[in-house]
Amino acid sequence: MEKVKPLLSDGTLWIPGSYSSFSSNYDSLFYFIFWLSVIFTIAIVGVTLYFSFKYKRSESNLVAKKQIVHNNKLEIIWTAIPFVIVMFIFYWGFKDYLYMTVSPENAYEVRVTGKKWFWTYEYPETGVKTVGELVVPVGRPIKLVMSSTDVLHSFYIPNLRVKRDVVPNKYSNLWFDVTQEGIYQIFCTEYCGDQHSNMDSKLIVKSYEDFLDWMEEQKRGASKDVPLDLLGKKLYKEQGCNSCHSLDGSVVVGPSWKGIYGAQRLLADGSEVKVDDNYLRESIVYPAKKIVKGYPNIMASYAGLLSDREINGIIEYIKTLK
Amino acid sequence: MTTVSNYINAKKGILSWIFTIDHKRIGIMYLGFVLLAFFLGGMFALLLRLELITPNELILTARQYNQVFTLHGAIMVFLFIIPSIPATFGNFFLPIQLGTIDVAFPKLNLASLWIYVLGAIFCFYSILSGSVDTGWTFYTPYSSTAGGSIIPMVTGVFILGFSSILTGINFIVTVHKMRAPGLTWFKLPLFVWTLYATAIIQVLATPVLAITLLLLVLEKTMGLGIFDSALGGDPVLFQHFFWFYSHPAVYIMILPAMGVISEVVATFCKKELFGYRIMAYSSLAIAIIAFLVWGHHLFVSGQSPFITMLFSLLTFLVGIPSGIKVFNWIATMYAGTINMKTPFLYFLSFIFLFTVGGFTGVVLGTLSLDIHLHDTYFVVAHFHYVMMGGTVMAFLAGLHYWWPKMFGKMYNEVAAIVAFVFIFIGFNVTFFSQFILGANGMPRRYYNYIDEFQLLHFTSTVGSWLLAVGFFISLAYFISSLRSGKKASENPWESSALEWKTASPPVTQNFSTIPKRIDSGPYDYDKA
Repeated sequence: MEKVKPLLSDGTLWIPGSYSSFSSNYDSLFYFIFWLSVIFTIAIVGVTLYFSFKYKRSESNLVAKKQIVHNNKLEIIWTAIPFVIVMFIFYWGFKDYLYMTVSPENAYEVRVTGKKWFWTYEYPETGVKTVGELVVPVGRPIKLVMSSTDVLHSFYIPNLRVKRDVVPNKYSNLWFDVTQEGIYQIFCTEYCGDQHSNMDSKLIVKSYEDFLDWMEEQKRGASKDVPLDLLGKKLYKEQGCNSCHSLDGSVVVGPSWKGIYGAQRLLADGSEVKVDDNYLRESIVYPAKKIVKGYPNIMASYAGLLSDREINGIIEYIKTLK
Repeated sequence: MTTVSNYINAKKGILSWIFTIDHKRIGIMYLGFVLLAFFLGGMFALLLRLELITPNELILTARQYNQVFTLHGAIMVFLFIIPSIPATFGNFFLPIQLGTIDVAFPKLNLASLWIYVLGAIFCFYSILSGSVDTGWTFYTPYSSTAGGSIIPMVTGVFILGFSSILTGINFIVTVHKMRAPGLTWFKLPLFVWTLYATAIIQVLATPVLAITLLLLVLEKTMGLGIFDSALGGDPVLFQHFFWFYSHPAVYIMILPAMGVISEVVATFCKKELFGYRIMAYSSLAIAIIAFLVWGHHLFVSGQSPFITMLFSLLTFLVGIPSGIKVFNWIATMYAGTINMKTPFLYFLSFIFLFTVGGFTGVVLGTLSLDIHLHDTYFVVAHFHYVMMGGTVMAFLAGLHYWWPKMFGKMYNEVAAIVAFVFIFIGFNVTFFSQFILGANGMPRRYYNYIDEFQLLHFTSTVGSWLLAVGFFISLAYFISSLRSGKKASENPWESSALEWKTASPPVTQNFSTIPKRIDSGPYDYDKA
């Protein structure tokens, strides 16, 4: 399988690989300010060090030679030049920002939902839903309409130089046009709790034909042919179950799935429950109803996010984890 | 031989400190508390860096990590850096530099100190009773829905705010009413000017933070829907309120540092400050524009593009007075007689680190660039260059500069230079690597990270150890100075500023005879 594009080893030292229609704008402006800063810093440090040595206190230099308190020409120069430079930078940054902010009319729309701690994507034209993987065609403007179901998140694709906060009860937009096929890293950059750093996702960019094929496959429901426990195994990662539930008995956020089926669990209210199919289904759809003692009540409901067959798949998968 | 009376030995016993109204003793107690906070915040920082040496779990769980970065931030901002310079050096030297006995309201000054301690107690209670994992910014709706001990922490910060406001009022009135006869506004040291500008921000901005935090507590306890969208509130409103205080607060942190730097460069070059009036005015200009740039923290939050454009423009404008200050300090060195002692080394490192912090600030103020860099390690590195490379370096410059005056003892110069080298190199190793991380897309507040970032994280962690070594060396020679340091003369740096024209340490009344009239300026090196 194709690998995710690396960030550090791709591109240059100061920028990750550049793969959107405006990432080259970013790169030019970044390096413009970068080299300007390097030149000015060298000048400032150079003059400072030069003065430090030249005017070092010594037997022959015990009293300051001159007391100068101002020099109008010099002061006007070092106020005016920085002013002109920063106004130029401001304008350049604003111009590029406008391009990034206003999405083209013909952009292909995808709805994005941020939820502790995974991203889901829905294609309004076809009703297809995915979790953890955003698939889009190359070379076409894509517009994301984003919202959160709980706290603030922020949707960030370093290779495309785009980022936007995702806010509950509000829609925020972001658009991009990817220039090359491949798999790109998506991060959450607004702190959202325990698994914030694991709330990553992948942007998969395909050729337009492959994208259409992929969409057809999704519409047919390719998952129908997969055995239930394998479907569960796939969903375990795709739905972000893995960010809270381990498979090896270790505690991440919620209880581990290892050996859980058939076991007796002590609940927070003191009662006991046997883990069977009904209990598991209830815990997926109404997670707050029965809380296992010692764990926080933080899981969000998957009602409406998973089909019946998918819920069955997860239950069958848990049964295999002895 | 009889010992000369001074403010330290004038009265004996712990109660004579707890109930003192001597601004110098209050300053020294602040120094103790502030250094304790810096130590704690620093320990948390070392713990964070250690955890980040590998991409996966090492010594902390994800939740513990989130609590530790929250505490590092909250302690460093609210308990250390905001009071660091004004409450310690400000308290100690403001009245002396004005040629007077004390601040305008000595009892209010004592109240500020103990209100600070009360606020700190609430913060520590929060740490012990479940801690906080919201980040020091307390962003809603995470903070209004998260568990842990948020209310005590927020209450602590609320109380600390009053300490800050009272100190601010006290300083404003002191500068207006307590100046010695003849000491006109443009004969004031620049440290006084910056304390004055800082005090204005403290008085005007801090109440907004207090109200915001109060609203957060009301939301959490009574379900008032202000910020939480589940209750009909607006989470972005919190960010506006929060940064309406916290961006001016950045200038509460940096302005007094600029004051210290001005004093140090003048003394160690024996030069009148270049562009004195411009320096004084630019402090006030910064204080005013500081209130109008908070929105640059919200470039990706969804605020309107028009407002975003204005905030970017104003952000560039606030950079110009800071740039002018740097040029003025360097010009002050011209034709001087430079005494390359520890305070001056910290001055030099301030110039370099603050310049890097300033230029990366230009990068972040640029709209199209901030979109990519927002909430990455680039921002983390930027504000550490400004806050630690700027304020902490100036704090250290001031500590070494005024140490002989405050305690009447010299410290070991060689040890101080060794510590400086560790701190300067350690700082750059720690934080420069974070610029590269952030520019390549490493998000902040991440407990785990992708494997390819490990080498840079490892480098940054090694830098944090160098920094720690430097600070422990400093601690050692300062303690040794207090126990057995060489006695300091009245004016070891040959400064012409007023605080050096009294005994080291000063008497309780500050001067053996209070100056009747002061006609000289603080930087009159041509008349010496």
